[in-house]
Amino acid sequence: MARATQRSRFTHWLALGCLVTLLLTAASLLVGTSTIRASLDWLASPDAQSNTVLWQIRLPRAAGAWLAGALLGLGGALAQGLFRNPLAEPYLLGSASGAGLGVSLSLMAVEPLGSGGAGWGGLAWGGLAWGGQIGITGAAFIGACAAITLTVLLSRGVMQTASLLLAGIVVGFLLSAITSLLLLRSPDTWRAMQAFLLGSTGYLNWHSCALLALTFALCIVPALLLARGLEALALGEDTAQSLGVSLRVLRLTLLAVLSLATASTVGQVGIIGFVGLVAPHLVRETFSINQRQLLIAAPMCGGALLLAADLISRWAVRPAELPVGVVTACIGGTYLLLMLWRRARHS
Amino acid sequence: MAIVTSGLARAEVPPRRIITLMPSLTETVCALGECARLVATDRYSNWPAQVRDLPKAGGLDDADIELIVSLQPDLVILAHATRTTLRLRELGIATLAVETIDFADVARSVTRLGAALGIPGKAQALNRQIDASLQAVVSTARFRLGGRSPSVYYEVDRGPYAAGPHSFIGEMLMRLGTRNIVTPDLGPYPKLNPEYVVRRNPDVIFISAPDALDLGNRPGWDHVRAIREHRLCVFDRDISDTIVRPGPRVAEGLRAIADCLARVSP
Repeated sequence: MARATQRSRFTHWLALGCLVTLLLTAASLLVGTSTIRASLDWLASPDAQSNTVLWQIRLPRAAGAWLAGALLGLGGALAQGLFRNPLAEPYLLGSASGAGLGVSLSLMAVEPLGSGGAGWGGLAWGGLAWGGQIGITGAAFIGACAAITLTVLLSRGVMQTASLLLAGIVVGFLLSAITSLLLLRSPDTWRAMQAFLLGSTGYLNWHSCALLALTFALCIVPALLLARGLEALALGEDTAQSLGVSLRVLRLTLLAVLSLATASTVGQVGIIGFVGLVAPHLVRETFSINQRQLLIAAPMCGGALLLAADLISRWAVRPAELPVGVVTACIGGTYLLLMLWRRARHS
Repeated sequence: MAIVTSGLARAEVPPRRIITLMPSLTETVCALGECARLVATDRYSNWPAQVRDLPKAGGLDDADIELIVSLQPDLVILAHATRTTLRLRELGIATLAVETIDFADVARSVTRLGAALGIPGKAQALNRQIDASLQAVVSTARFRLGGRSPSVYYEVDRGPYAAGPHSFIGEMLMRLGTRNIVTPDLGPYPKLNPEYVVRRNPDVIFISAPDALDLGNRPGWDHVRAIREHRLCVFDRDISDTIVRPGPRVAEGLRAIADCLARVSP
């Protein structure tokens, strides 16, 4: 009976989530550098420019933001389940720092004659030229994957949660330090780097949406298949093993899915904090839920969160815009503070 | 322009050992013919060629204090940098803070540095020379596209951050009679919604070489007139230094912009 009620509540929640997403997408079409009235007029009587703005800029931006948020939400839910830690987030294994290093290398590779570059004559710029070819998106993806691999190697596999976390933190700090050192020698790349570090949804096009959608499909399927394993893991590693779960396979697969989700997102929209951390909490706070349902609801919540943040980022100071990462940090940070405050009051 | 002097060097004797912590200030000292007085510069100063071999004392906000002290300068010339200034002052080193933000500040800082170095006559001459060069560029600049002055978008970085009309670069563009697509209320270097550029549809885009490569891939930008009609101005590093640094080479920067405008809007 309770199970049936839970299922029906979940269905209602999902329906509400879909409705909110649709409303936010509609709002995304109306909000931008034009007034809402002008956007409505465009919808009624389109011309060449309004077609471009509505269907080549605003709609792919909204769809891409939702997909990126969904991947972060999924990544957060997976990380929190995998590490059995409510503070775990998708960038925990050093992926953000790795992506940052990849991007800074790629920015420097296309601009090898940095004004401070003379002192780095020993560095083989020619060898870095490939970085310019693959672009920022590819560099971020490769950097994130490399960082996670390094973390796994440093922790000698995936079996020890504590050493994985520690290795992730060490790799994160180390790669950030290398990035800072590189940027110090190439001051002209600072602003471009900052745009990446604060997250940006401004250049999402249909091509990015297709890539993100493909990644989402590749991630959500194995994640849902492994939901039972995560459920067992929540009871403790020994219990999970006694229930017949192969911890090594489970952890490796989850880690691969987490890495793919994070690396693809960072590649497309830069580093956007708090969505991955907050989305699973937001879902759990709303109603009690099993792992499988969480793996469906957290992406939905993450998607809606990033979509809303993107909307605020381009509405607040229009026609200029705020970096979307700043908006997610404000929303996410405020929510976490409220949650902590409520919990403290209850206890 | 804010000028603050402190420490020992308000002395009557002009400083002989000078350290500059901004490229535009280094360039001004050298344009005044006093390069030989420099004993170190910041790490970004790279013009004229002879300053490249000088010791590099870090940057404005992360100056190498120990190196500066060991070089025993009579004066450190820098822009607003509270921590560096305070630390140098504590250590008894004279500093001169010269803030160069807008176009008019270039002449003011030349005058100020001329006074500090005890060569006001040279400063006057340099200002006259800069002024004449600027006039020479502006007087020949008559750009027209379809009978009107071209609208321009100057991308400082791929955020996209733009140069607004009240920025140093924006003032240059205005002097050449172009219309900036960014309105003054957005501030000197606003981060724009990329959609703004598509809607304003500029005739000419100024952009860095790496960002120019994938400009057409940005959603909707392939419809922008400047991209459709290949009116992009891309400068290499040496030239863009003269555009972004408010120093004595400002006329060279203006000339580079004017030359490109002449090329793309004949």
